[in-house]
This record gives sequence, C-alpha cells and structure tokens, in this order.
Amino acid sequence: MWEQIKSNQIRSVMLIVTMGTLLFLVGYFIGLYFLDSPTAGVILALIVWGMMNLVALFQGDSIILAMSGARKISPQDHPRLYNVVEEMKIASGLEKMPDVYIIDDPALNAFATGRSPDRAAVAVTTGLLDKLNRDELQGVIAHEIGHIKNQDIRLMLLASILLGAIVILAYYATRIMFYSGMSGGSNRRKGSSGGGGGAAVIIVIVVGIILMILAPIMAQLIYFAISRKREYLADASAALYTRYPAGLASALEKLANSNTQVKNANKATAPMYISNPFYKGGMAVNDLFATHPPLADRIGILRAMGGASYADYEKSYEKVKASRIIPASALAEAAPIEARPASPESQAGEIRERVERTRETSDLMWRLSNYRSINCGNCGTRLRLPPSFNEPSLRCPHCGYVNQLETA
Amino acid sequence: MAGIILGVIVAIIVILLIIIIATYNGLVGMRNQTKNAWAQIDVQLKRRYDLIPNLVETVKGYMQHERGTLEAVTNARNLAQSVASAGPGERAAAEGQLSSALARLLVVVENYPNLKANQNFLALQEELTGTENKIGFSRQFYNDSVLRFNNKIEMFPSNIIAGMTGFKQSEFFEVKAPEEREAPKVSFSAPPKS
Repeated sequence: MWEQIKSNQIRSVMLIVTMGTLLFLVGYFIGLYFLDSPTAGVILALIVWGMMNLVALFQGDSIILAMSGARKISPQDHPRLYNVVEEMKIASGLEKMPDVYIIDDPALNAFATGRSPDRAAVAVTTGLLDKLNRDELQGVIAHEIGHIKNQDIRLMLLASILLGAIVILAYYATRIMFYSGMSGGSNRRKGSSGGGGGAAVIIVIVVGIILMILAPIMAQLIYFAISRKREYLADASAALYTRYPAGLASALEKLANSNTQVKNANKATAPMYISNPFYKGGMAVNDLFATHPPLADRIGILRAMGGASYADYEKSYEKVKASRIIPASALAEAAPIEARPASPESQAGEIRERVERTRETSDLMWRLSNYRSINCGNCGTRLRLPPSFNEPSLRCPHCGYVNQLETA
Repeated sequence: MAGIILGVIVAIIVILLIIIIATYNGLVGMRNQTKNAWAQIDVQLKRRYDLIPNLVETVKGYMQHERGTLEAVTNARNLAQSVASAGPGERAAAEGQLSSALARLLVVVENYPNLKANQNFLALQEELTGTENKIGFSRQFYNDSVLRFNNKIEMFPSNIIAGMTGFKQSEFFEVKAPEEREAPKVSFSAPPKS
C-alpha cells in the first residue's frame, strides 16, 4: 500500500554492519588472547551468534512474550482491545491479524514482536487498558502495528541478537581474563607472544581489554540509536493509520505523567506523597522507555502535525528537531491527508476524567490544610473533618448513620 | 557499424519491453489490491447487517418511545442489504443512510440509563463501535488504494500501457449523505426523524 518505511535503508544496514564488525572484533581478540588463533575466535563468535539466531528465529517471540508474562487472548476475552487491533490491522493493510496478548501489570506499556508481518504479536499491559480511552488505545496499537508493518520487529530482533552475542562473549572473556590474571595464570599469554615484540603484544592486549569493555556499551548505543529512529517512524505510521495524531499524543502524555498523576499516588497512604521524590508509581515506565526518544519530543511532533500524512509528520519533525526523519521514497505520494476529529466516546470520557481529576486535586488541598476525610460507613458520602473537630463519633448528614471515629 | 546500430536498437526494445511488463504488472497488482480492499469493506458491511437485528431486539424493550428511530435503522439496513451487490457509488449512499440512522440511535440511547447498564447491550455496543470503525478504516484503505491506482492510470507514461491494456478507473467509496460527513453531534432534544 503506502510506501512502507522499510527497514533496509542504508543507515539501518550500516548500523547492523557496524554491530557485526564489533562482534567480529570481539571474536578476533578472544581468539588472539585465549585460543592462540584469531580465526578460531571469529569462528567461536559466529557459532554463538548462529545459535542465538536459530533460537530467536524459532522461539524468539514466544520467549519474549513468556518473559513478560503475557497471555494470549481471544476476541471474547477483551472485545475492545481485539477490535482496536483489528481496526488497525485493516487500516494498515496488514495481511494477517497479529496475535493479541495482555500483560497483568499496572504500568502503562505495550510492545510488538514476531519474526515477520505474517507472524507477529501485539502485547499491552492491563494498566494501559485501564487508563486509555479508545482513541488513545487506537494510537498506541497503531504505533505497534506500524512497527510490524515497517519491518522494525525483524530489524530489532536482528540487532538484539547481535547485541546479545557481543555482550555474552565480552562478559565471559573479561571474566576469564580477570580470573586467570588473579590466579597468576599468565603462562598462556607468554606462550602466545613467543619471543620478541613485547611492547606490541602489550598494546594488542590493552586494545583487546578496552574493546572487551567498550564493545557491549557501543553495541548497546547503536541498538538504542536504531530503536529511537524506528520509534519516530512508527509514530508517523500511527498518525497515518488512525488519521488522528492527537490520539497517540494524548496516550503518550498519559505515559509521561503516569508517575506524577494524583490518582496513582493517592493509593499510597502517605499524606504528603507529592513531595516524596522516591515514590513514583510509573518510574518503571520511564526505565523501559530508555530506548525511546524523549516522550516530550514525540508528543510535540504529533501535536504540531497539520494533517495525518507522512509529509505532515516530516514537516512537524523538522520544526521540532531541525533534522529529517522520513525517507524520501515514503514522501513521494503527496496526496494531502486530513486528520479526523475525536470520536464521540472519547469526548465524553474526557469530561468524566476531568471531573475526577478536579475532585482528586480538591481532596489534596483539603488534606494540606489538615482536614481529615472519611467515607460514611453506610452511604459512602465523603465527609471532611476540620482540624478542630475531635468528637468520638459523627452523624452523616446525608443518611443519618453514626460513624465511629478513631481518635486522631 | 550496422551491427552496433542493430545492437542498440535491440537493447532499446528490450529495455522498453521490461518497462512495459513492469508497469503492467504493477497495474495488475494495484487493481488486485483495490479488489481485495473492497472485499474487506464488504465483510465489515455484512457484519453490520448481522448485528443490527440483534441490536434492535435488545433495545426494543427499553425504548418504547423511540419506535421511529428503531424503524429508521431497520429500514436503512434492509435498503442497504438490497443493493449489496451494486457498485461502490450506489452502495455508499445506502450505507451512509444506515450509518447516520445508527448514529442517531446511539445518541438516543444516552437517555436510557437502564439500557446502558445492560451487559448484553454493552457488548453489542462495543461490537457495533468496532464494526463502524472497521468500516471506516477499510474504506480509508480502499479509497487510498483507488487513488493510487487511478493516479497510475492517468499519469504518463503508465497511462499509455493502461490505455492499451484496458485498465479502467475504480470508483471511490464515498459517503454521500451529508449528515455522515460530520461527527454526530450530541443533542438530547433532537426529535427522531421519520
């Protein structure tokens, strides 16, 4: 359908090649250092990489889903989520319906995985389902379908396998190096260096050690760089599929605010929760999003979009970030695409949410001025007690039930 | 000398042939995609026909005073189903009527809190919302496919090949009913039509 934002762009390929080179170098030094033969080291690295590839190819998605505690759902289990996924599958022109998974977790998050667009899965947390309205959920799902459609899941799988192989090899290499160093087992090094060129050997060893330490970090940085770029592209796809960039923007705002929202913090009993810097309900979300670009940037770009096409996203991105993001091939089709208005259901939900938020805030203000609040034991009416109130019981003005008070 | 000229001519012909074949195949691919997209719309529209009798049955008991709204929905459904084998243009008009009748019904439903507490109805409402959205998104995908296909047929040089091999422009699935274009406005005083 639309020119997809393909993963086999030059820059993505270059990054993968760079990671491959890192793996090669790590293998080379392992061979040089432990096996007396660089070739053997490279072969070892390739074997590790190949085995991880095989596992990932056949089991990768199920492993990821199992690790995150996701359970597969059928249309009856959560009709709304299933419908939204199907809507986005239709909008994106994806040929096969991805499997839908739910993760029991109050944090707000979602991901897509799978080895190809024909065998993909989308997983969302229960927290996300609770907190987002339909338009927002649609935006998040469209973003994930965008990852599937743009072939990101395959690219990220490839990159993560390379990263994993590098990390594993470097980890064990440094472990063995330190271990053998401490137990005085330097005979192997002596053996390999043979006679001459002491300085050169030391340089090679130092370079090797530095590489072992740096390779995993560098690989990780590259991995994050690929990931961040793909996030922007998936946002652009989401706007195009839903024709409603504001939906995803609003969902991302909820993700960003999920650690400071009054609603979350209210569950903690501490009355001064807002000033407590250590309690943040949604902290884990921010950690998980470390591979993502700053949410504020993504929201800003989506909010500044004039329409819903790739060209609109590109224009908005250039305004916010002063660089380019979408490949020219995807911008060639220049038909203007308008964004749609919010769905009536979401508009109604918005009002309800605002009322609730206002109530939470006013409760907080009362509490700050030392008012106690209790719920009537019979009818549940919220009763506020001024600080000077110290009677043992209180008659509910609403239903007449006498509430016993704990002495404050 | 003659050999070189002959070679150049043959090369040009081969390149032209390759371009023609590629363009032709591209056009066929796009036409199949529009057909496929159309089939998707069809699936969702049929799903909506199936849902409506259920919905009317569930709602009827609660909404004694809304006979007119319910009848409008049923009539629009039957009308839409009767032209189910027609082309996109004709169908779009009938489906537009049905969409706006349904939208009116769902607005009126807001006046019946008992109904909104009915689990059966809530499930149906979600199904209906989902189906309406799927219709919308499959229409979006279809129209985008048609736009691309029609552009390809009109633009040079693919228009030559399209003309020679008899490709025809596809019809958009556009909703004609004017009230469908705007999002339904929530107003509780609006009397049901018909």
